[in-house]
Amino acid sequence: MSYRRIEITPEASKILSKVKEKHSALIFHQSGGCCDGSSPMLLDKEDLYLDESDVYLGDLDEVPFYMNQDQYEYWKHTYLIIDIAEGRGASFSLEIPLGYRFLVKSRLLNAAELAHFGLD
Amino acid sequence: MSYSKPTFKEKYGNFINGEFVAPIDGEYFENHSPVDNSLIAKYPRSKKEDIDKAVEAANAAKESWGNTSATHRAALLNKVADIIEAHLEEFALVETCDNGKAIRETLNADVPLSVDHWRYFAAAIRMEEGSASELDEHTVSLIIKEPLGVVGQIIPWNFPLLMLSWKLPPALAAGNCVVLKPAEQTPSSATLLMEKIAKVFPPGVINVVHGFGPEAGKPLASHSEIDKVAFTGETTTGQLIMQYASKNLNPVTMELGGKSPNIFFNSVMDHDDDYLDKAIEGAVLFAFNQGEVCTCPSRILVQEDIYDAFMERVVARTKAIVQGNPYDTTTMVGAQASNDQHKKILSYFEIGKEEGAKILTGGKSCELEGDLANGFYIEPTIFEGHNKMRVFQEEIFGPVVCVTKFNDEAEALEIANDTLYGLGAGVWTRDAHQLYQIPRAIKAGRVWVNCYHAYPAHAPFGGYKKSGFGRENHVMMMNYYRQTKNMLISYDKNKLGFF
Repeated sequence: MSYRRIEITPEASKILSKVKEKHSALIFHQSGGCCDGSSPMLLDKEDLYLDESDVYLGDLDEVPFYMNQDQYEYWKHTYLIIDIAEGRGASFSLEIPLGYRFLVKSRLLNAAELAHFGLD
Repeated sequence: MSYSKPTFKEKYGNFINGEFVAPIDGEYFENHSPVDNSLIAKYPRSKKEDIDKAVEAANAAKESWGNTSATHRAALLNKVADIIEAHLEEFALVETCDNGKAIRETLNADVPLSVDHWRYFAAAIRMEEGSASELDEHTVSLIIKEPLGVVGQIIPWNFPLLMLSWKLPPALAAGNCVVLKPAEQTPSSATLLMEKIAKVFPPGVINVVHGFGPEAGKPLASHSEIDKVAFTGETTTGQLIMQYASKNLNPVTMELGGKSPNIFFNSVMDHDDDYLDKAIEGAVLFAFNQGEVCTCPSRILVQEDIYDAFMERVVARTKAIVQGNPYDTTTMVGAQASNDQHKKILSYFEIGKEEGAKILTGGKSCELEGDLANGFYIEPTIFEGHNKMRVFQEEIFGPVVCVTKFNDEAEALEIANDTLYGLGAGVWTRDAHQLYQIPRAIKAGRVWVNCYHAYPAHAPFGGYKKSGFGRENHVMMMNYYRQTKNMLISYDKNKLGFF
């Protein structure tokens, strides 16, 4: 059985595919902090400098999702569901001009998932 | 008393080179009020070309503005303060409409504080001096402060006019020209201010360009013809802006939020007096501005032996909060700034419950009647849990606080510093030693001691750790907008003798 730790809702997936029409290579990066923080940012792949301090959590419709290692330490026991809301945030995330904003819903990883990811 | 929604024009322009202009490609976006989701007005959906025009205007103005006297600049800053003050109620209403915050806050905090920040820097630039040192009997070192030139500023939506008034006055006082992008949720008070002060400054000194982050914010932050970027927002965009600045080798200042601990030692309950009453209010300040404050005291740490008695009073005080129509002066908590913020806060209620945090009060959306039913309201909420829970670690930016207990000073500090951020903190105690030692041991830029949420212009504000770097407010702020010119002068007629 294959395990995942992130997924995207069908509604969010629709908005993602709209952004893809104009941007060939994308990434998600989970933000933290003030204002529009605590939400995932959708960015052009070459825009954000990534290195070993960014943890790869999986792909959403072929778009890789990353989170900074420091933040991951506090989030690692949770499963992330990337959803969408009407609104426009206030950041450089690429869906904002469409009048939507990605947001994260979460649940706890279950025992089998924790074991699979070496977190038990 | 109750106010009603102010009136607006159908659409507004960018303020570039001293006049209002339409966006070059003619595109606008609709701005809605979070009070009832009604339309406010249309604002320019600016792109790179609009930013280019604003940066060009600022560059054209920088030399003559940078050479104006401190006296002159101070007089103009004071004029802005007088104008805002003369229209205090108008600014307060527009701010409440645009952001959703309660009118009693905009009337008594946002707008009067904004006035004071303009006046503070008008005064600061007059009293400040450079320095001269005689390094030896023939050599004098002069230190002269010079403006950077053109500054790009990107401000948030939680205190639109106040954050503008934190950023513009020090940059202008120091002799810079500015291109400012307000947050796309709250473009109104910046526009109103430009209408009122359009003729105060020479064209190009202040430019305000509206639009979305990826379309207008990015071209501003990455522009090669600006000399500095100041940003308030979240960490990923902060990283991006630093990357862009690195390409231009430009300085940046970053204010990226926090998860501020508010610590209550057992001595607060030694007496049931005015001080205890103040401390309980200090805990409930998490609900100030709907919790949409970078320094929201969103983690309450209470010493074990007073925990039950103290929290009983905090919960009671929280339940007494009046929530409702933001235009009503009796309302204490208004609307969250947008639908997406509202949804994000609700998602934290779910993960908080899943992780086992207990809701002591609130925990759901607040459903109001009439037009307000379309607005974005959240009940003030207290979670009880432990510091490793995500609700204790992430900035929820809502009227939501997480409470936990500690045994002794060491444990209080361990919990307080167990966070990625370090912007604000509160320490409440009657113990004279704790009053000094605990704040010194907390890794945060601002520690309020026996108070919270005070933001005087004369006190520096900024973060440790992932809360950013650089400071705002205080006379020191001007140095973040200046170069240091050193003139090293010899009064010796004799050569060195080397050649």
